[in-house]
Amino acid sequence: MEQEPVVNISGVSLTYHEPSRETMAIDGLDLTVNRGEFLSIVGPSGCGKTTVLSLLSGLIAPSAGEIRVLGLPPEKARRRIGYMLQRDGLFDWRTIEKNVLLGLEVRRELTPKSRKKALDLLDKYGLGDFKKHYPSELSGGMRQKAALIRTLAFEPELLLLDEPFSALDYQTRLILEDEVRGIIKQGGYTAILVTHDISEAICMGDRVAVFSARPTRLKKEFPVPFSGSAPERRRQESFPALFDGIWKELKT
Amino acid sequence: MSNEHSEYLKKLRRKARLTTALRLALFALTILLWEAAGRLGLSDPFIISSPARVAKTVASLYARHELFPHVLTTFAETVMGFVSGTAIGVAFAVLLWFFPFLDRVLDPYLVVLNALPKIALGPILIVWVGAGPSAIIVMALLVSTVVTVMSVLSGFKESGAELDRLMRSLGATRAQTFLKAVLPASVPTIMSALKISVGMSWVGVIVGEYLVSKRGLGYLIVYGGQVFKLDLVMASIAILCLLAALMYYAVAAFEKRVSRRFGRAE
Repeated sequence: MEQEPVVNISGVSLTYHEPSRETMAIDGLDLTVNRGEFLSIVGPSGCGKTTVLSLLSGLIAPSAGEIRVLGLPPEKARRRIGYMLQRDGLFDWRTIEKNVLLGLEVRRELTPKSRKKALDLLDKYGLGDFKKHYPSELSGGMRQKAALIRTLAFEPELLLLDEPFSALDYQTRLILEDEVRGIIKQGGYTAILVTHDISEAICMGDRVAVFSARPTRLKKEFPVPFSGSAPERRRQESFPALFDGIWKELKT
Repeated sequence: MSNEHSEYLKKLRRKARLTTALRLALFALTILLWEAAGRLGLSDPFIISSPARVAKTVASLYARHELFPHVLTTFAETVMGFVSGTAIGVAFAVLLWFFPFLDRVLDPYLVVLNALPKIALGPILIVWVGAGPSAIIVMALLVSTVVTVMSVLSGFKESGAELDRLMRSLGATRAQTFLKAVLPASVPTIMSALKISVGMSWVGVIVGEYLVSKRGLGYLIVYGGQVFKLDLVMASIAILCLLAALMYYAVAAFEKRVSRRFGRAE
């Protein structure tokens, strides 16, 4: 099967302007993600990981270089991109069902069919019994899963995950990492995960890209030589070596 | 239920009862001391009035069919000032949220308007809208509007960049972001702004009545002061206390109902 690039970043630079200074956030970044691929991005904190996601979703424009998402400039492709943020951002005044339908609602794509599809996702991923509940009645992990379903409800072709587990406790995090990885693989989504957690990057991605400190460049890419669930991956003999390789690259 | 828990609940109830009892006792004590001060010659009832004289004044106002016209005038003016002041204040806050640049340009003017004692505008209002109830309503409106604009707008802004980012990532327009996210998220702030605004409206109305009116509780207070009828002054203040408290509790009850729907997090 021929590889179809969903994301193509070539020679992208970005400079921030503030009254007191200008900051070069990204300097000559090249990156490609193919359809159905799951890319993890790790980098030292403060490097422009989140900025890259903002560029991809068209929320900001690069100073130089070219970005193509699904062959289009990002702002044209925005409706086909799902973006999952650090905090679940569920609305306290809406039930889980209504929260999940929010994206469809603002895109004016809420039809009986799309509604049923979204609610089926809730059933499928174990939140079916909580449709009529309010977010405050759910645990942190369930809330983040509801946020993921809200993103999946409008059937995005590209998923951007911005440290979606960083607000969760460690155990929930391990469980959710694996669940979300499963959901994304099963759905055949193309996804980019930004994280500062090396283990998470390996457990979820097909490939791990290491970013440099500011100004951000692509330092090195590591293909993940194994697949399967997160616990399976952690048990692989080559896991520690891969972990160390990424860690060394991050440190220098 | 365990023994410990029932002990705990009992303790809670005891504390609640004690609070109510002490509140009532404090009220009774105040009334008693006030009445006694006059009767025992510790002070001149002509200067400080007394509960009995206040009650008699209220009764005679009622008998002359003057009580309700005065009370209703003040009450109607306050409600009108409160409702229009809040509506205009919220509308203006919405406008400033949609146009942040306008907000920045107007910011120093809002600060000055907020700092300015609105009473200073009284004479201008009388010239512009006439020495009647409309001047009083406009005064109440002025006093409550500026506070409403500032507190509601800060509520909108508090809902924050994260919410904005989320809505944009879902593909929402700015109007959708406002209606579906910012506005419902600010309901608790708007409600507490209402509670401030209702108090401000009373201030505006009473001050307005001091300046221009021929009727109302503010008028009775000023008139009573001028002719040295302190009984009338105290009676009007007592009625005012009652009305203001009732209106505050009405708004607070409304807040509770609305917040139950919107503020499920806490």
